[in-house]
Amino acid sequence: MSTGGITASDPHSDSALYTALALVMDMDPALVDIVALSLRVSLSAVLTAALIGLPLGAALALWRLPGRGVVIVALNALMGLPPVVAGLGVYLLLSRAGPLGELGLLFTPSAMIIAQVVLVLPIIAALARQLVEELWGEYQEQLYSFGLSRVRAIPTLLWDARFGLITVVLAGFGRASAEVGAVLIVGGNIDGVTRVMTTAIALETSKGNLPLALGLGIVLLSLVALVNGAAYVIGEAARRRLG
Amino acid sequence: MTDMSMAMDIQEAPARLKLDAVSFEHRGQTLLEDVSLTLSTSGKTLIMGPNGAGKSLLMRLAHGLLQPSRGQVQWPAGQPRQAMVFQRPVLLRRSALANLTYTLKINAVPRAKRRALAHEALEHFGLAAVAKRPARVLSGGEQQRLALARAWLINPEVLFLDEPTAALDPAAIKAVEDAIADFHRRGTRIVMTSHDLHQARRLADEVIFLCNGRLVEHSKAETFFSAARSAEARAFVKGELVW
Repeated sequence: MSTGGITASDPHSDSALYTALALVMDMDPALVDIVALSLRVSLSAVLTAALIGLPLGAALALWRLPGRGVVIVALNALMGLPPVVAGLGVYLLLSRAGPLGELGLLFTPSAMIIAQVVLVLPIIAALARQLVEELWGEYQEQLYSFGLSRVRAIPTLLWDARFGLITVVLAGFGRASAEVGAVLIVGGNIDGVTRVMTTAIALETSKGNLPLALGLGIVLLSLVALVNGAAYVIGEAARRRLG
Repeated sequence: MTDMSMAMDIQEAPARLKLDAVSFEHRGQTLLEDVSLTLSTSGKTLIMGPNGAGKSLLMRLAHGLLQPSRGQVQWPAGQPRQAMVFQRPVLLRRSALANLTYTLKINAVPRAKRRALAHEALEHFGLAAVAKRPARVLSGGEQQRLALARAWLINPEVLFLDEPTAALDPAAIKAVEDAIADFHRRGTRIVMTSHDLHQARRLADEVIFLCNGRLVEHSKAETFFSAARSAEARAFVKGELVW
């Protein structure tokens, strides 16, 4: 795949923005491929992180095990983990000499998904822990009165916290789709293989190909706006419907 | 403080629930001390006493939500099906109908039967019109009736009610008291706390009177209201302040 068609326009022209809009409107194949890969990587990462993070957060809320405080502080701290550091960690794990080098995952979309799971999991687990713990405070006696054990209470709590948790998962998606450091290190920004929106923007900007960078920026911004809009609408609907 | 042998005159009927020298301590404070009592298999027992006497605590110990620090809670004929209705009903963040089908689900009622049973209970408690409404936006009276409907579905042998009408207006109180009478007619053993003397006179077959975490009196309702033996209970019945 080549971006030759795009670079043909004058990158220094004042009409970079218009060219960018045209690329978006025309569904330029290079741009579409990059957007599709970005979505695939980030959605897979968020889905995986949610499947692990939601039950993990609920378990941390319900069980007072020794070391719980340490885990909670660690998760909260990891919410601010710099993406490049996460990328470096995953890179070391997956590189040829690393413990998981055998798998040959480095510079593949799978590696990028793993790196983003590392970034998103703490957010989902830590925030889910908070939400479920609040709800548990309210539901505990009633659920015990129903004869439910804590394990059996988890699905009920996750379902009843669903609106808050959707917002949490969307926040995780925002972090995954916007980060550049981790996917750049473990993906390598290989054209047509591991190039996603953020790494493409970084590269095209440094090359001076502003229309493609801007076009991708517009798509990325719209996506993030869409996600935040959805989070807002869901939150409002929950407030209205559930009181 | 009080002569225990004198305080009990209800022992003829077969025992449903036995508390044997039950004490409960929390953070070094003794909140309930050395309570021994036997509840018969049928009837309506009102637990009365001033604020902080340990009424709710006694009920939570009997229901199994709390474990006594010392002593034993025994069900001589085996653990009965039991339910508890709290002062502020804890309703799940779902529709009124879904709150009821949930209860049936966790009690392993086959899916095909759940909706019909739930609708029946809603009908019985005058909630058919609000079946689809989110439970938590219902009025206080409707919420408490929904909590009663939820207990109704379990068909409990013992029903605990913790100040179920404390926050309700007279019409809603009437509805709750009617519901309690329905449970009683169906053979459910009623154990309820209240600080409302008029309500206790209307409902009680027998009264357990607590003061400062001790069992002061356990007698038939007529006896309690006309000729209580302890000075505290006599003062309480007259509406004087007791502590």
